[in-house]
Amino acid sequence: MKKIIKYSIAFLLVIICNTVHAQVDPLIEKVSQKLALVNDYVAEGIMKTDVSFIKASLGKVKVYFKKPNLLKVKKEGGISLLPKGGVSVTINSLLNTKQYIALPAGTQEYKGKTLRVIKLVPTDEKLDWVISTLWIDPSDALVYKTFTTTKENGSYEITMEYGEFANLGLPSKIIFAFNTKDYKLPNGITLEFGDEDAAAKQKALKNKKGTIEITYRNYVINKGVPNNMF
Amino acid sequence: MKAIISIELYKIFRRPRTYIAFGAIAALIMVIQLGLKMDGHSYASFLMKDINDTLTVDGKVLNGYLICYILLQLLLVHVPLLVALIAADMISGEANLGTLRLLFTTPYSRTQLVMGKFIAASIYTIVLLIWLAFLALFVSMWIFGTDDLFLLKSNYVVLIQEKDVLWRYVGAFVFASFALLTVTSLGFLMSSIANNSIGPIVGTMSAIVFFTILSTLNIPLFAAIKPYLFTTHMNNWKEFFDIKVNENNEAIYGTILNVAKIKTSIIVLTLHIILFVTASVIITKRKDILS
Repeated sequence: MKKIIKYSIAFLLVIICNTVHAQVDPLIEKVSQKLALVNDYVAEGIMKTDVSFIKASLGKVKVYFKKPNLLKVKKEGGISLLPKGGVSVTINSLLNTKQYIALPAGTQEYKGKTLRVIKLVPTDEKLDWVISTLWIDPSDALVYKTFTTTKENGSYEITMEYGEFANLGLPSKIIFAFNTKDYKLPNGITLEFGDEDAAAKQKALKNKKGTIEITYRNYVINKGVPNNMF
Repeated sequence: MKAIISIELYKIFRRPRTYIAFGAIAALIMVIQLGLKMDGHSYASFLMKDINDTLTVDGKVLNGYLICYILLQLLLVHVPLLVALIAADMISGEANLGTLRLLFTTPYSRTQLVMGKFIAASIYTIVLLIWLAFLALFVSMWIFGTDDLFLLKSNYVVLIQEKDVLWRYVGAFVFASFALLTVTSLGFLMSSIANNSIGPIVGTMSAIVFFTILSTLNIPLFAAIKPYLFTTHMNNWKEFFDIKVNENNEAIYGTILNVAKIKTSIIVLTLHIILFVTASVIITKRKDILS
């Protein structure tokens, strides 16, 4: 009986040690350290909304970020459309909380780079996301793609391109891809009786993917961002 | 001709009936504006239920531009009925009162008199439209402010930049003037046939209702005649608020999706105006004044 208890304790210790090892994945730590250099930023950018049932033009936006996970995208005048809850699920919000278990999931080729795939599972039940997969380039510790499943707002794929501020882990372009639901309003509400072209117009919309693309033009880093911006 | 137009305008604006239309439009617009000011967000939430499932909309959706669009959708269907009140009474009213005989004894030709009356009725129609534009657009802008125009159509959403909106309203109101002048000319034609006021007014209203129903019904049997009905084209002011997209699905600033449709509608409406007015002149010239 004592032997069984000893072996059980030893087995549990092995599991705990493995778990701890998974939590402190060195590549994730490297990415976190890079992101930790940025306490806050204000970035100007151009936002493109590409949803099959929406006709919208490019708009100027300002993106505000503050540690650990405050993020706000504001359009400079006008109405902005953002994926519900999706924009806030960025790498910073995923990694800065430190409330996750990291599980290695091999490597994948992506745009000519060999990226390491790491899955994050949150340890805090209060967090909005359920699981997130990160595609990270081990050579420069930059995250090129994430796929996050949230509790209430579906799944989001975020792809990133890097430029001038790659040393701080800040992207030059970020694309949020998300699932869109069908859109339909009854003619009785829109008063579009007898408009036979409506279906044809809908078909004329080119792209069926739901994406929001922000191309950053300028970053102002660690100059302070007031809390009332969020 | 100026004298005839002045006298006819004096007659129009002296009648209390003329101001019913102005009062009705003001009352309707103010009631809708009040309702949307008090509880507009519930209305907007209801409209945007499907959108809000996927996206977060940030900004002043319920602004003056959207309110004006909602008002025009509701009112431009009914304003023709108010136009008919005056236009369909222009000649028949005189016949009913027995003053037509006296009018036709003046040195002016019947064509001049008929055209003078039509121009006066058209001025009334344009003034009514300006009144509508003032209340629906400018008062709404004043009450609700301005922002991008977020239009929820049956199958898709159009987001038009704030600075790209106002010229579209100018275009829409100019287009609406063609639509309302068609109704004016139809009322005028009815008026030239009858010798009493009620008949042409009710006749014009009935024709508008009848043809509007035919235009809105998606029944294949009527599909062949729909392009020739003026009521099919009257609602095409909405085309000013649909925008082209490029191959990347980006809306192109300052564009209209279907310019050809607007042009066709203006041509059809203008042809109706010419047809109705010409018929009115011919009928009136041949008219035997018995009242």
